[in-house]
Amino acid sequence: MKWNRRLCLFALFLAAAIAAARPGQDRDVTLTVDELAQGKRVYVGQCALCHGIEGVGGRGPALNQPALRRAKDDVALYNVIKNGVAGTEMPASWHMTEREVWRVVAYIRYLNRAEDVNLTGDAGRGRELYRAKGCAGCHIVRGEGGASGPELTGIGARRSAAYLREALIEPAASAPEGYLVVSVVTRAGRNLRGVRVNEDSFTIQLRDGEDRFHSFRKSELKDLKKEFGVSTMPSYKTLAATELDDLIAYLASLGGVK
Amino acid sequence: MKNIRSLFIACCLLLPVAAAGQVPYKRIADAGAEPGNWLTYSGGYQSHRFSRLAQITPANVGRLKTAWVYQFKQKGTQETSPVVVDGVMYVSESPTIVTALDARTGRTLWSWRRDISPLVKTIGFSKVNRGVAILDDTVYVGALDCYLVALDAKTGAVRWETKVEDNATGYSITAAPLAIDGKIIVGVSGGETGIRGFLDAYDAKSGKRAWRCWTIPGPEDPGRETWGGDSWKTGAGATWLTGSYDPELNLLYWGTGNPGPDWNGDSRPGDNLYTCSLLAIDAATGKMKWYFQFTPHDVHDWDANQIPVLIDANWHGRPRKLVAMANRNAFYYLLDRVTGEFLLGEPYAKQTWAKGLDAKGSPIVLPNTEPTIEGNLVWPSLQGSTNWHSPSYSPLTKMFYVAAREMGAYYYKGEAVYKPGTFFAGGGERALVGDKAYGAVRALDVTTGKMKWEFRLQSPPWAGVLATAGGVVFSGSNEGNFFALDAATGKPLWDFQTGGAIEANPISFLIDEKQHVAIAAGQALFVFGLHSSGSRR
Repeated sequence: MKWNRRLCLFALFLAAAIAAARPGQDRDVTLTVDELAQGKRVYVGQCALCHGIEGVGGRGPALNQPALRRAKDDVALYNVIKNGVAGTEMPASWHMTEREVWRVVAYIRYLNRAEDVNLTGDAGRGRELYRAKGCAGCHIVRGEGGASGPELTGIGARRSAAYLREALIEPAASAPEGYLVVSVVTRAGRNLRGVRVNEDSFTIQLRDGEDRFHSFRKSELKDLKKEFGVSTMPSYKTLAATELDDLIAYLASLGGVK
Repeated sequence: MKNIRSLFIACCLLLPVAAAGQVPYKRIADAGAEPGNWLTYSGGYQSHRFSRLAQITPANVGRLKTAWVYQFKQKGTQETSPVVVDGVMYVSESPTIVTALDARTGRTLWSWRRDISPLVKTIGFSKVNRGVAILDDTVYVGALDCYLVALDAKTGAVRWETKVEDNATGYSITAAPLAIDGKIIVGVSGGETGIRGFLDAYDAKSGKRAWRCWTIPGPEDPGRETWGGDSWKTGAGATWLTGSYDPELNLLYWGTGNPGPDWNGDSRPGDNLYTCSLLAIDAATGKMKWYFQFTPHDVHDWDANQIPVLIDANWHGRPRKLVAMANRNAFYYLLDRVTGEFLLGEPYAKQTWAKGLDAKGSPIVLPNTEPTIEGNLVWPSLQGSTNWHSPSYSPLTKMFYVAAREMGAYYYKGEAVYKPGTFFAGGGERALVGDKAYGAVRALDVTTGKMKWEFRLQSPPWAGVLATAGGVVFSGSNEGNFFALDAATGKPLWDFQTGGAIEANPISFLIDEKQHVAIAAGQALFVFGLHSSGSRR
């Protein structure tokens, strides 16, 4: 009930706000409380998987922020939802009507009234820690580093602080797509473990821990084991709490939105 | 006198050349007798996509090499299936281009391009063209702006063009037409824009429409009662893939697409005839002789736009005319093609929406499998357990080969507001991709539907299958592999990385009396043969 009352007040505010904020779009849309609730249902079903139930972020950036990097206004947010973001995991919502997209816009605006997340760490100290711990051995930032882990140049724009914290403490829980760990045994008895770079029905290409490529025809392999849910990244849960905060602050600063 | 004699001799010499360019109906009807050519979309009216050529065998297929490669003019993956006649290959590409190639070398003989506006409506599908038809000395192609065009087979000159329907309301053509005796049969796309679907026949010489068979019944037609209110007017039922033909029965067999709107069935209570169905249509009159609906009141976009494969086989001890279809809804069906009687239905891929089929072949739908606002996980995904890419049937192994897709999806229910020429679907999906999905070429016993073998693929495929009398099955993958399997066992025999996704159907034909196989991959057409190189034959 409490949520409904808040939503009701917000809907009244939103009806006027959205109508004024959409040059070139259908200006006749005004949203009711029910529609805002429908926006929530769509958000929970289709967006929360990546952006979190309350918009706290996860695989996708947090949306409970007053300022969204790729959506500075409602029209921009509408376009991001409708068309997706090329080169990222954000898909287009080709299946949603204009009105349905606006409902989601409205619900995200409801979520993003939250105060900005206050990162307590020191990004400068975090940068030093990043170097000291050898993170660059596996990750690229601005062209420098190894490639056996995901590039982190824009990680702050793509992932929430909560997600980054989880990735540092329990890497396997958020093993990134495209970095599947694979173990192979060739018919000649050679063992190799690495990250899958590419695969088709007949061949597989791996990158080992020293960034060397290996190519196999599957018919040459005695065993091919895909280690789903496994990450080659070590856990950093042994870091002091302040160190962890610093490292997260540094990572969050990459791509610059936070 | 001497001049007259010379003229007579010259005419006699020229006659075979002129005749060789002719593809009368009887040649297509008896396509199996000339396996060196590939005369129609699926290789023959029975749509077996089977080559009687037997030079390429499990023993020698490992020696296949590229004979030549043709680069398409247009960017983007091509879905075309070529036609080959007497040394000339006719190949189409997006948006609507037809090119005649020298089948020996891949060199262009002529090319014709229709001026397609960038604003052409292709809502819910890609701007592709899947092939042409040939009859006598004319090549026929369906255009993206929903015209049927007839081209001189020797020059590519336009003989006539006929507007099939209005593209502004969402109608389009991507399928290869089917040429039968004096008529060109053409189906339409547009099932995501609330069109009213139909199948058309046109006079091959004049381009005048001979008949139209609506796939959605009108107010006075039987089946109208299966649509609530006026929902029939936007009922879809597109006919966007080439069908099959039985000359003896003079019946066309054509699949129909989803009802509109796709994922929200609230506005269309009832079975929504004749969507997601196989129709048997009298080729002379366009009248529907029978129908079989695979998925009544579909809400998952499980079009029945797959290839109906006509098979003559023993059923319970007596020979019967059968039609087989591996349907997008995950079931393999066998029907009597004279009467439409349901004979058999077996799942050939993972499905979570039906308990099974009843005695009449209707699905026993499980509860809570409809799309929801939050999303409902169901197998198969909306792309189906198979799709438009062709299956193959070998009369030698008695196996039905299908490129199956193993992928689930969260189905969403949304709003559907009809505005002519706009997306009218009422929802969508988020498919389980990456390692959560895979594909397989599967061999099914044609009369039991039981799987005899499978060859796993990295991802759910969009490539068709070709079986050959040499005992080899060809197909392709999204990752660019073109490959050959043993038709009896599924054992991989040969593969070639083409460098582009394969979303097309293979064909086989002769060049200089030697068997070749062709496949479109990415933005190129590859032709393979048993030569040591492309220039030494």
